[in-house]
Amino acid sequence: MVALSNFLILAAILFGVGIAGILINRKNIIVLLMSIELMLLAVNTNFIAFSYFLGNNTGQLFVFFILTVAAAEAAIGLAIMMVLFRKSGTIEVDKLDALKG
Amino acid sequence: MTAVQVIFYLFSLVAILSSVFVVASPNPVRGALSLVLTFFAMSGIWLLLQAEFLALILVLVYVGAVMTLFLFVVMMLRVNVMSLRAGLVRYLPFAILLSLLIIGMMVIVVGPKQFGLTHLPLPPALAKDYNNLADLGNMLYTNYAYPFEIAAVLLLTAIIAAISLTHRKPHKRKIQNITKQIAVKRADRVKLVCMPSAKKINLVNKPSGAEQ
Repeated sequence: MVALSNFLILAAILFGVGIAGILINRKNIIVLLMSIELMLLAVNTNFIAFSYFLGNNTGQLFVFFILTVAAAEAAIGLAIMMVLFRKSGTIEVDKLDALKG
Repeated sequence: MTAVQVIFYLFSLVAILSSVFVVASPNPVRGALSLVLTFFAMSGIWLLLQAEFLALILVLVYVGAVMTLFLFVVMMLRVNVMSLRAGLVRYLPFAILLSLLIIGMMVIVVGPKQFGLTHLPLPPALAKDYNNLADLGNMLYTNYAYPFEIAAVLLLTAIIAAISLTHRKPHKRKIQNITKQIAVKRADRVKLVCMPSAKKINLVNKPSGAEQ
């Protein structure tokens, strides 16, 4: 049988891959957003695994809300990216330095 | 190795490989497609954890709506693939080191020493008439009714924000503006020009060349 630690380690690996994606991709905001989706997926897997092994469905409900927020985030993020592309003509992270940060 | 273990390791292998490809792929379209594969594999894992409703929601909402949106946006923006490839190598050692560090720390914390089968045994099998969807709905509409409504308002806000951000006003379209038409005054349209009345033309004294 598969233990809880296996699910948690799988989620940890997915989370680490998402962090690596955010660090590596300095060229494309879309890949950044996809890495954030990957990290959210890992967190959701943690919630569901604990919910199953503790016999409590509240964790699944939290995943439901996280999915809602993630969908809203993706929609608004992509809309902001469209506006950005229209104004500046690029979505490369390195070239978006209008704020001089 | 039981069948459940085989399924778990198969799905997790697919999920990890495709998620690595999401990050490393130079082409964002292929990255989005392999993220779809990751979602499918993880929904299989969620089915193993008996979260049927959420597994189906992951496929329907995430693969069906969110990733389709991603693909639309990726294909709408003209992104130069060759220039995207260039920045990949610069931060690679640093990123791999950091993510390995984070994964290692998390594995130490959540490893089999803390959350193995001896510490958290498998839960007893559910009853035959157990309905995941009915259970979730029961909780959602009683104890979590307010968060549910807040989530609905949040989605409405997201709709309004996304539309108002990307909406462009149509320019140079010939369209009837009814309020302007009603609010118009007489002075705007009718203009009285003061002209002297025409003089009487003397037909007799026409130039002789006109009669010929």
